[in-house]
Amino acid sequence: MLTNADFLALEGTAGNFTATINMRPRYIDADACTACGLCTQYCPKHHVDPYNEGLAITRPIHIDYAQAVPATYYIDPSSCLFLQHETCQICVPVCQSHAINFKQQPEERKLHVGAVILSPGFGKIDPQTLEKFSYGKHPDVVTAFEFERMTTASGPFMGEVKCFSDGRHPKRMAFIQCVGSRDIGCNNGYCSSVCCMYAIKEALVTKEHDPEVDITIYYMDIRTQGKDFDAARERAEAIGIKFVRAKVADVTPWENRLQLTYATLDGQHKFEPFDLVVLSVGLESPKDARKISDITKVDLNKYDFCATNGFNPLQTSQEGIVVAGAFQGPKDIPESVTQSSAAASLTAASLKKVRGKGVELKTYPEEQVVAEDDEARIGVFVCHCGINISSVVDVASVANYAGDMKNVTYYTENLYSCSQDAQEVIKKKIKEHKLNRVVIAACSPRTHEPLFQETLRDAGLNRNLFEMVNIRDQCSWVHAGEPELATIKSKDLVRMAVSKARHIQSLPEQTVPVTPKALVVGAGVAGMTAALNLAEQGFDSVLIEKGDSIGGNLKNLHHTLAGDEVQSHLKSLVTKVNGSKHIDVICNAELVQTAGFIGNFASVIASGKGQTKAEQTVDHGVIIVATGGREHRPDKYLLGKSKKVVTQQELEKQLAGKAKSRAPGSIVMIQCAGSRGDDLNYCSKVCCNHALKNILKVKEINPDSQIIVLYRDMRTYGFAEDAYLEARKMGVVFIPYEVDRKPEVTQKGAKVQVRFFDSIMQEEVVMAPDLVALSVGIVPDDTDTLSKLLKLPVTANKFFLEAHVKLRPVELSVSGVYVCGLAHGPKPVDETIVQAQAAAAKAAIPLVKGYVKVDPIVSSVEQDKCIGCGLCTSLCPYGAIVMQKVDGKRKAETVSASCKACGICAAHCPTFAISMGGFTNEQLISQIEAFGATGDR
Amino acid sequence: MGKAMKNREGAVMILGGGIAGIQAALDLTDLGFYVYLVEKSPAVGGVMAQLDKTFPTNDCSL
Repeated sequence: MLTNADFLALEGTAGNFTATINMRPRYIDADACTACGLCTQYCPKHHVDPYNEGLAITRPIHIDYAQAVPATYYIDPSSCLFLQHETCQICVPVCQSHAINFKQQPEERKLHVGAVILSPGFGKIDPQTLEKFSYGKHPDVVTAFEFERMTTASGPFMGEVKCFSDGRHPKRMAFIQCVGSRDIGCNNGYCSSVCCMYAIKEALVTKEHDPEVDITIYYMDIRTQGKDFDAARERAEAIGIKFVRAKVADVTPWENRLQLTYATLDGQHKFEPFDLVVLSVGLESPKDARKISDITKVDLNKYDFCATNGFNPLQTSQEGIVVAGAFQGPKDIPESVTQSSAAASLTAASLKKVRGKGVELKTYPEEQVVAEDDEARIGVFVCHCGINISSVVDVASVANYAGDMKNVTYYTENLYSCSQDAQEVIKKKIKEHKLNRVVIAACSPRTHEPLFQETLRDAGLNRNLFEMVNIRDQCSWVHAGEPELATIKSKDLVRMAVSKARHIQSLPEQTVPVTPKALVVGAGVAGMTAALNLAEQGFDSVLIEKGDSIGGNLKNLHHTLAGDEVQSHLKSLVTKVNGSKHIDVICNAELVQTAGFIGNFASVIASGKGQTKAEQTVDHGVIIVATGGREHRPDKYLLGKSKKVVTQQELEKQLAGKAKSRAPGSIVMIQCAGSRGDDLNYCSKVCCNHALKNILKVKEINPDSQIIVLYRDMRTYGFAEDAYLEARKMGVVFIPYEVDRKPEVTQKGAKVQVRFFDSIMQEEVVMAPDLVALSVGIVPDDTDTLSKLLKLPVTANKFFLEAHVKLRPVELSVSGVYVCGLAHGPKPVDETIVQAQAAAAKAAIPLVKGYVKVDPIVSSVEQDKCIGCGLCTSLCPYGAIVMQKVDGKRKAETVSASCKACGICAAHCPTFAISMGGFTNEQLISQIEAFGATGDR
Repeated sequence: MGKAMKNREGAVMILGGGIAGIQAALDLTDLGFYVYLVEKSPAVGGVMAQLDKTFPTNDCSL
């Protein structure tokens, strides 16, 4: 991890690059800094805090936020008195660990790397663009990023929403959407794809803080096209947040408030007063985009984002350099996370030959055997944490108190238990006093438990013979004003930990071997891409397809919105898949049974046409679910009843044909036909782009064609917005309709008639177009069967539910099972390809390692006590506890490799047959008893 | 991540330590590669570390 580093140069070619990096000095020795924060308290100079968007003041010597990684302070040279004027240096003697070093110099480093991933993020919209909304002129006009810091409980206002002008709580608030996006005035024609979501989020959070505040969101289109995103908008409307479709002209100061001028669709100009106005600013290309492009020679698009191609969305114009995140185009967190995993898999494939060569594995001394009946010899280390703990808690008294406890063989105090020399001391004391349990009373196990467990392993002790007490967060910090009580509480916690430590045992470090093969279910573009990527990484897969041939929905598509030809790409994909020695394709096949767990699945696949199906069993380590989706066929708008009503997919096919009249003279397109609260409860994300793609094609073939699009929100997010603008310039008419006033299509002789309310003219219109094209949405292809077979949860809309919507977007809750493509949710081809590559990255991880590590704290079942009720199996969210027949009786058994050690099974077992490693009933009860046995403190 | 070596084979540079860069780094190390995560600011985390909650579940962002 090289922070405070500037990227200066890149030489060489794919597989053999040399990057030059300039490491700017932090002026603080990272190894010595304990992040105690004393320096910031003493530093006399003010510094505007960029982390808090300038809403707070910090000091030149600071850390951005408590959880920052690395947890090392730094000095911002721009305002440090010493670095600017050679005075002050107060921080130097204040620092207890002598970490401050003004002699640090910038250091240039050369990195030899085989590949580069560009993930520089996004930039900020130029404040000039915001001026017309009085930003910078009136303190109560803020950007959404500033507002985010305001609503943050740990932020400078502790979550209190107020006006900067006079500190009053706003009664009326407005959000203005598309500030710096979809705005050719500032050369940002694209949609930033995230602002609608964050505005809704911030509005909801504000309502939580103050239910009385009146909030209006001014928008052009609400683009909540992501999976289950529309539901949040509905939730916002339900709690009274108002959505007004309007273009805001300006914001001007008005008495002590702000006046917002806006124009609605019907041409009316209106004014509204507000106390606080939040600008939903878009995502700009990163500030140093051009510099990165100059250094790496990667091409940029016209908006200075990284230029890529729809069929290879992360590959830059330079071999060996891929892109991920917002630099590829504005996007939200899950899309960024997905792209990152995909970028990792592309890179891993390109560097397959040198995999593992750069990584050294650490070795440990042989583990000392600690038998259950060995006398416990406990060492207790109590930490001062500089003065972080010791300024409140009487550390010596806590250590002495521990020393008097039974089985405590050794006790001491540490100035910093986490320092490198303290680790050596701990190791030495373990050996010297033959300690077989270690208790450390210091800070949070969340951050430091792994470090101390590592020290135990280095000393030859099992890492589970360790107990940590958090006397910093839970004592010195929260009871800073009551030092005596904080000391008593510290003693209580230590007593409880020592009591538990008497009962803790070594737990085995289990690993489970992995069969290095994947099963990929579904051979559409998602399944094919995933299998190909795994093949490029050197892994075999069995790719099963229920249809006659591979290709999936791509067979129905002819060109993309960007103008790329689909069929030739599909052909090359199919050729690659069929030609790969790593991919075994089975068509007319379905999965009938799967047993086992991550690393060790055995699946029965039935294949063949008709009644007689051949069955074969495949052993594999992972599963990629890519079962896809299909066009929804709503029984509406005369679809299937009139030849003049077609779906966008059918229109696309017609346009790709040769018929002379394939591009009719007049078309009415109806968006959301059957979607968003109709047959389907959700937005299918692709239909607006699909409509535009067809519009541009129709116009290309027949420029005189008259096209009217009836829509609810045009969701041409990202760079697709350019196509929307282009279509409007060509004279295509876009008219929004309300959900309670949908268009009607009726048969009129040989023609069809469309009746709709024109919200612009404010009147009812009847037309008889040559063709009606419906944007019908996407439904998943039978997710029920696989969901039951593999115990995979699905959403209310029957798409597979990922393990975590933000951070684990391609993993499913069952370990070793991954999802991509339409089975996960509606998405366009480029996003499907990226998601498939991401799924391949995640699936390859256990295959590369060759084993799966089992955390020692997983559950285990005492089968004598188990009555086979099955409660645990039904409650386990991970499918990690199964019922087995043992001597003819039903007994529960933990699938260790899948267990996440959440403890639900143990908490519910009526006979206490299940226990958790490191948290047995015996251990917990002894801890609770020790809590009550206060004695003499 | 092991110790830095000269002319290390199988290394990748990731430019930018926001959520995208961090995730790519984690996955690449799991896939058997050494990663240099190059970040211009003093800490990794990027913009996501500045966010309070995340849409649509309003989970904590940090």
